[in-house]
Amino acid sequence: MKHCLIVDDSRVIRKVARRILEELAFEIGEAEDGALALDYCRQQMPDAILLDWNMPNMNGLEFLRALRGGGAGSEGERPVVLFCTTENDLDHITAAIEAGANEYIMKPFDKEILEAKFTETGLL
Amino acid sequence: MTPAEFDFIAQYLKQKSGLVLTPDKQYLLDSRLTPVARRFNLPDLTALILKLRSGGDETVSKAVVEAMTTNESFFFRDKTPFEQFERMMLPALMKARAGQKRLRIWCAAASTGQEPYSLAMILKDKALSAQGWAVEIVGTDLSTEVLARATDGLYSQFEVQRGLPIQMLVKHFEKEGEQWRIKPDIRNAVKYRQANLLEPFRGHLTYDVIYCRNVLIYFDQPAKKDILERMAKLLAHDGYLVLGAAETVIGLTTAFAPVEGARGIYAKTAAASSLQAAI
Ligand SMILES: C[S@@+](CC[C@H](N)C(=O)[O-])C[C@H]1O[C@@H](n2cnc3c(N)ncnc32)[C@H](O)[C@@H]1O
Repeated sequence: MKHCLIVDDSRVIRKVARRILEELAFEIGEAEDGALALDYCRQQMPDAILLDWNMPNMNGLEFLRALRGGGAGSEGERPVVLFCTTENDLDHITAAIEAGANEYIMKPFDKEILEAKFTETGLL
Repeated sequence: MTPAEFDFIAQYLKQKSGLVLTPDKQYLLDSRLTPVARRFNLPDLTALILKLRSGGDETVSKAVVEAMTTNESFFFRDKTPFEQFERMMLPALMKARAGQKRLRIWCAAASTGQEPYSLAMILKDKALSAQGWAVEIVGTDLSTEVLARATDGLYSQFEVQRGLPIQMLVKHFEKEGEQWRIKPDIRNAVKYRQANLLEPFRGHLTYDVIYCRNVLIYFDQPAKKDILERMAKLLAHDGYLVLGAAETVIGLTTAFAPVEGARGIYAKTAAASSLQAAI
């Protein structure tokens, strides 16, 4: 079973994403900001990370840079990272890709979009 | 709706667009044609059917036929038909056409444009035109409404997130309000025109690849056979036919045979050359 970490400061979003991803047979972990996500990854590196952008303490982009830079250990290159955010302009998308994001989901999302993007990145 | 009304409309649609409507799909008539009736100030479907029966009103007829088509499409739909294009069909054709450096592709049920544009994006990324190749992509559809959308090239945030890799979005689209518009170089790589697959194929040259996906499923066996055999005549002897995931030539015609190891892709057989029918 593949393991996906959901990083979002909204409990509602985490719940919705969890429900969809569990249906797609993922084992789910949750973190409510980038700093907690980094802690989580130090403990156990997930296969996939669904990542919000705007969060308190450490935002999604800062988290991703830290992760890819080895801030959670040497395994940080491995997870497939999918941004999942209301930021939907080219500048944000480009910055995310440059920081090492594999895919980018613009909120609002639904099961179909998650499924398409997870398939796109070879997770399904 | 009375059984006689259902029979009339089912027969009408089959004749105009090939659509086979079984009685269990009556709810589709209600949900899709009630708005059409309203648009023409008719009180209900009975009145709409009466209008069709009396004939003569092309706009009503066209609106009814188009409303009953299923236009769903998405970028890189089913993925493999596009991977096969890039990995297998395109290299083989580029080798075979190295002299002329010309390729022609036909999307025979182009709908809102995602299929031809997916091919255009692949070709653009391969820099074919930079290497002196002339590639034509023709997109046809029965419905002028979907072709207008295809020509416009403007897609919702939802549409660009189904099947389109994010790098492709960044490279080939521009944001316009909450929507995304395909860039002019991709837009201009595709020529659209209205064409009904049931009617003789007019104004076509020979194609190297024909995409005819997710449209034959709506037709009956004789219509499928007829369309496939007329397509065989428009396809180069070493060209490819690409069908949808739920479609096949098997049991319909011997003009095509599956390409081994490439699901949904068909090549012309020797039998195709002895076909008598007109295009
Ligand atoms: C489901 S879409 C397929 C779009 C695309 N090929 C794909 O696979 O995503 C089917 C399209 O076939 C068109 N169509 C239906 N009957 C047709 C006919 N008789 N001639 C040409 N196009 C037709 C519809 O208008 C619709 O846009």
